[in-house]
Amino acid sequence: MKVVVDEEKCVAAGQCVSAAMDVFDQRDEDGVVVLLTESPPPELADAVRTAAAVCPALAIRIEE
Amino acid sequence: MRIEDDNAAAPARVLVVGASAAGLSTVEALRRKGYRGEITVLGDELHAPYDRPPLSKQVLSGAWEPARAALRTQEMLAALEAELVLGDPAVALDPATRTVHTGSGRELRADAIVIATGVRPRTLPGQDGLAGVHVLRTLDDALALRTSLLGCARLVVVGEGVLGAEIAATARTLGLAVTIAGPLPAPLALQVGPLVSGLLAELHRERGVVLRLGAGVEGLTAEDGRVAGVRLGTGEVLPADVVVVAIGASPATQWLEGSGLRLDNGVVCDSRCRAAPGIYAVGDVARWHHEQLGRLIRLENRTNVTEQAGAVAAVILGADQPYVPVPYFWTDQFDVKIQVHGLIPAGAEVDVVEGDLAARRFVARYRSDGVVTGVLGWNMPKQSRLRRAEIALSAPAGH
Repeated sequence: MKVVVDEEKCVAAGQCVSAAMDVFDQRDEDGVVVLLTESPPPELADAVRTAAAVCPALAIRIEE
Repeated sequence: MRIEDDNAAAPARVLVVGASAAGLSTVEALRRKGYRGEITVLGDELHAPYDRPPLSKQVLSGAWEPARAALRTQEMLAALEAELVLGDPAVALDPATRTVHTGSGRELRADAIVIATGVRPRTLPGQDGLAGVHVLRTLDDALALRTSLLGCARLVVVGEGVLGAEIAATARTLGLAVTIAGPLPAPLALQVGPLVSGLLAELHRERGVVLRLGAGVEGLTAEDGRVAGVRLGTGEVLPADVVVVAIGASPATQWLEGSGLRLDNGVVCDSRCRAAPGIYAVGDVARWHHEQLGRLIRLENRTNVTEQAGAVAAVILGADQPYVPVPYFWTDQFDVKIQVHGLIPAGAEVDVVEGDLAARRFVARYRSDGVVTGVLGWNMPKQSRLRRAEIALSAPAGH
């Protein structure tokens, strides 16, 4: 699984961090998404899919 | 409050009424959870599912092409293997046979029905048919408003809530003379309390928005079939080339009258978001029993839609868990990003717990009877989220 985030689209809602805190964080200054790992381990795959689904800005793309 | 549903097996066929974020998220959640049955999505608009938060901001300003508001690509929609029936409104529901009748005469039957028909903007008396008066709910609304704004000088926004304040900020950025009118003392006074709504009033004034707040709006004035102004309860008339009416919205439940479902400011549901056996509601239209708050609530928040869709998909597939979210919304106005977690009841005590007001970067914490009910970030999205865990939702004493 490979994860791609779009910082331009991100609205800093932080929903991805709540869904998968080992994979996503937010910048301190403006809350925009920070990708902690591009290739999360398989055990986090479900959480990452949930994060992509709950992102209100569609800023997370998953390449399986 | 629970509605018994004896049919525990996963339904063979699911019908989702509403093709916006709530409907689409429900379909995605069902598929993500492994549901392989038939799904039909019925939508009254012809557009493929699109997102609403950008309508009052990026789409209205022109920063985005309208197509960028689409929620999913055609390929992603196709991969859901759901039948999309667009441009055909639901007109009636028979809960006993789980049949939905549509405007074009279709009869759609399913084992589970998800109501996700959203809300419709409220309007002022005399507004219909008057040129130059707009509401903003749909993509077509946003594009029509944008066209009007590009050809005019003076905009009056009726309504000082989230949508009205966002439209005012966007129009001001486009260079229009903008006035906000409404009965409350400051923008978002009901949503964020006096401290932050006061700061929002300052922000809008600094950017050149005229605030004519604290007086009710009585109606519109017209000349030759076109709006000419907004008449306040004080008798004063605010001249306008274009008026946007953003005075809230009502749940789109007219099609459910006579269905036997309980309708009261939305589709009334139990704590599982179930309105009747096999019938559920998701998104802005759903008013469900929040077990921690001990009362019915209805949220018109983008983030609630995806969370609630996931919860309802789980219940449809046999889970038995109440939906008890911490409410959350955000709003972007000029260069300010506000995040609100939890609730800010009238009269709540407020402390600034991070940053400071003068720097226009802070987190405020709200307490009622000593209990933290909400957290608000002003240009501190991450820091406000980190304090979400402090929120304790509970029913008020005596309930």
